[in-house]
Amino acid sequence: MSELKFVGKSPSRIDGLEKITGAATYVDDIDFGARLLHAEVVESPYAHALIKSIDTSKAEKVPGVVRVITGKNFPYRFGLYMQDRFAFPTDRVRFVGEQVAAVVARDAKIAKRAAKLVKVVYEELEPVLDLTKALKDDAVLVHPDLGNYTRCPWFFPQAGTNIAHWRKTRKGDIEKGFKEADLVFEDTYTVPRYSHCAIEPHVIVGLYDLSGRLTLWSASQSPYTQRNVMAQAFAPLGLSHKDIRVVTPYVGGGFGGKAGVSMEIICAALAMMVKGQPVKVRWSRAQEFYNTYQRQGVIARIKLGVKKDGTITAIEHSLHWDAGGYVEYGANVVNAVGLSATGPYRIPNVKIDSVCVYTNLPPSGPYRGFGYSEFHFGLESHMTRAAQKLGIDPVEFRKRNAIREGDTLAYGAKMNPCGMQEAIDRVAKEIGWGKKEVSKDPNKVIGKGFSCFWKAPAMPPNAASCAFIKFNEDASLNITVSGMELGQGLLTVMAQIAAEVLTVPVEKIRVELPDTDRNPYEWQTVGSHVTWGCGNAVKAAAVEMRGKIFEVVERAHGISRDTLYLEDEKVKCRERADFELPLRDFVINGIQTKHGNFLGGPILGSGMFMPEFTSALSDPETSQGGHPNVHYTVGAAAATVEIDKKTGKMRVLKATLAVDAGKAINPGLVNGQIIGGVLQGLATVLYEDIRFDVKGKLLNPNFTDYKIPTSLDMPGEIVPIIVETPQPDGPFGARGVAEHTMIPAAAMIANAVDDALGLRMKTLPITGEKVALALNGIDYEDVKGSTMGFCYVGHADTYKFHTKGSRKG
Amino acid sequence: MKTEITLKLNGETRRLDVEPNDVLLDALRESLGVKSPKIGCERGDCGACTVLLDGKTVRTCLILAIEVDGHEITTLEGLSRDGLSPVQQTMLEQGSFQCGFCAPGMVLSATELLEKKPHPSEHEAKEAISGNLCRCTGYKPIIDAILATGRKRA
Repeated sequence: MSELKFVGKSPSRIDGLEKITGAATYVDDIDFGARLLHAEVVESPYAHALIKSIDTSKAEKVPGVVRVITGKNFPYRFGLYMQDRFAFPTDRVRFVGEQVAAVVARDAKIAKRAAKLVKVVYEELEPVLDLTKALKDDAVLVHPDLGNYTRCPWFFPQAGTNIAHWRKTRKGDIEKGFKEADLVFEDTYTVPRYSHCAIEPHVIVGLYDLSGRLTLWSASQSPYTQRNVMAQAFAPLGLSHKDIRVVTPYVGGGFGGKAGVSMEIICAALAMMVKGQPVKVRWSRAQEFYNTYQRQGVIARIKLGVKKDGTITAIEHSLHWDAGGYVEYGANVVNAVGLSATGPYRIPNVKIDSVCVYTNLPPSGPYRGFGYSEFHFGLESHMTRAAQKLGIDPVEFRKRNAIREGDTLAYGAKMNPCGMQEAIDRVAKEIGWGKKEVSKDPNKVIGKGFSCFWKAPAMPPNAASCAFIKFNEDASLNITVSGMELGQGLLTVMAQIAAEVLTVPVEKIRVELPDTDRNPYEWQTVGSHVTWGCGNAVKAAAVEMRGKIFEVVERAHGISRDTLYLEDEKVKCRERADFELPLRDFVINGIQTKHGNFLGGPILGSGMFMPEFTSALSDPETSQGGHPNVHYTVGAAAATVEIDKKTGKMRVLKATLAVDAGKAINPGLVNGQIIGGVLQGLATVLYEDIRFDVKGKLLNPNFTDYKIPTSLDMPGEIVPIIVETPQPDGPFGARGVAEHTMIPAAAMIANAVDDALGLRMKTLPITGEKVALALNGIDYEDVKGSTMGFCYVGHADTYKFHTKGSRKG
Repeated sequence: MKTEITLKLNGETRRLDVEPNDVLLDALRESLGVKSPKIGCERGDCGACTVLLDGKTVRTCLILAIEVDGHEITTLEGLSRDGLSPVQQTMLEQGSFQCGFCAPGMVLSATELLEKKPHPSEHEAKEAISGNLCRCTGYKPIIDAILATGRKRA
């Protein structure tokens, strides 16, 4: 390949000027004029209750109220992978804050006032808040109708239980593997729930116009998936895909929280009830915490078998997920982990049970990392501990067992090319692994922690990406894709890919934000797959245009297309140095012949990419036989942490993370993902600490009580490292990196705390308070249980696993 | 009962009828059509609604519109009208933002700092934007741009 001119460079973001001037428009910035209606939802105060009656009559009489809507008006279920969620529930509520009705009014203040007048009579039921109780044979059921829900074929819900899905992966002979081991070592790790905390709350405006078209302006990562889920939910009303349009302007952060459909269904339902008038639903910060998606909590037990020489022989990894009241998307997180919970290691004998459990806590769903951050905390803590027990250096231990290209994965497919060894080596070097550091302050100690990571996009096997490209008269380009710019820099990266093929500079390329009426199909912007998938589509479209360019030049000038190439926005010929035709001369108007007529015309391109080699079909008892993941992105990270022995307060002096990007299309943007992702990861260890009361009510749904890092909480230094082992089917060898950068954070901090203090923390978060208590021999769980509010998962060490039974139903 | 207030918004005198309990953020966005101050938390935690009130940063979700009668307000629209300020230019070049939602507040907090301290220290830069939450960038490219702007000045 000749030298790349645009790929591998870091031009300024093409959305930079809009964002720095305030010109960038987000959903809430669009004006809809005086006819815009506002909505306020009526929320359940109970985690689990039957709805006995809803009296809307008082609210309806308030001047300015247009409509009050309940599940009676809109009794439809929806969901991405399983239709278990409701626009408005008709019979029961399943978490505190669930919408049972909504008031649509002329202004927001009236809607708020009237919502308080809706009288709902409930019959309170025992809430399911504890995983141990949820899995008992006589457990209260969160979804008594579970067996009847429409679902994707790779989910295995068990009717008559609270198990929404159970992914089993079996490879080799697990008993033989443990027999071969010199050390068999088992422990349990707990990860609580987390909130995405995008600074822009969910907001959506819906208009069901008088012609019967539904248009949604949505702060979303998933315009096409929203359209599809809505079309399925509204089919009983006669609406189909062509009647629904989803427009997604700039979105103020997603992190998975704006994937799929959550609160958006409410707005769509309301819009259908107030035909001809746009209605806005904007979530408050509190609602953002409890009624979109949360990251699941998990209790994970790991049993690892290792030989004296450090070779891992077997792993048994059981994960019980607190997935909340609805799991239409969240169960796929559980599924993804069930396939990949070996981590990036070559392990011959594997037994994974990943169990999705309904509880009466907020619905769970996608969150940057898609379950991998959660299981890496336990797994990578366990790897370090196993190495310590064998007297092997934890980095050396990882190198010995690290996955390599061609290795057989837990579900039988082969591992893609990866730079695991290089990532480990470069991170170890950067952090000064093996060199003990001493604090200048005698009250402080310094420790270092290491962690590897991997992640694959979790996608249906037919998740496709498309692109349209058109030339303008000046040979500038407009690209339309439905990959979403979430801040990661998608628009810029797509421009760079097209620029590389067509030699048009990035400054002359616009990439338009999605509108399902105009931009071509994209499944969703999730899973860190769009640089790869959407990038492949853009490249294919650009290559098609290049072919059309050469074809018309061949016809008009009689030069064989095989001798033509593009350079600096011109068509040139390898065999005729004097030939040079600027693109701007013909890409719209064509090429004039001596007869005066024109050949060609506007040059257009379309491209599509779907990973045809993937399949979700496999043996449900072993997961063998399919190819559920397209590829894994791997990497390693380490941190140096200084800890105050008296207060437990921790400061990350340095962190470094290496990720194998395959090919960094824009290294500046990759570095941006690393630095931002590491801080988001550190936040889940050091700061964010979610609390529910004993009845399942979220106690800290705001930024005062749920702390995300400020600029004063930045680590001393974050050093990004890019490894490039090309992905054969990626555009210019690229694969995704965005989610991955927060995955290793929790384990590397836990390992650093252990290195500094000899203190093994097995429950997240690892706050200074918790470290200080542990240093004084006080069990944090006991303190929290009595004085700090209810923690939903109980005590990990006493948790009983139930993974031996067979699946019912 | 509505009361008429007068304020100078981005250099222009504007009159507006407000209810005594109208929040400044809503008045700016809904009545005056200025959209750069964003709604993020409505309780003063996130800083997305930051504007300059008589040159000082304030959170418009915590101020009533009636309180700014006779005062001067600058938003990012006002700052950008005649081209980019030096700190905006540096932030653009260095790719300081990802989703961009916090950018209006960040730029104004940085602007206030650089007015007071043309050559801020790293800690001063961190302190200045510590009331503006960003979930994307890890803050580093924003701090770097503020410091680089200081360094570029003679």
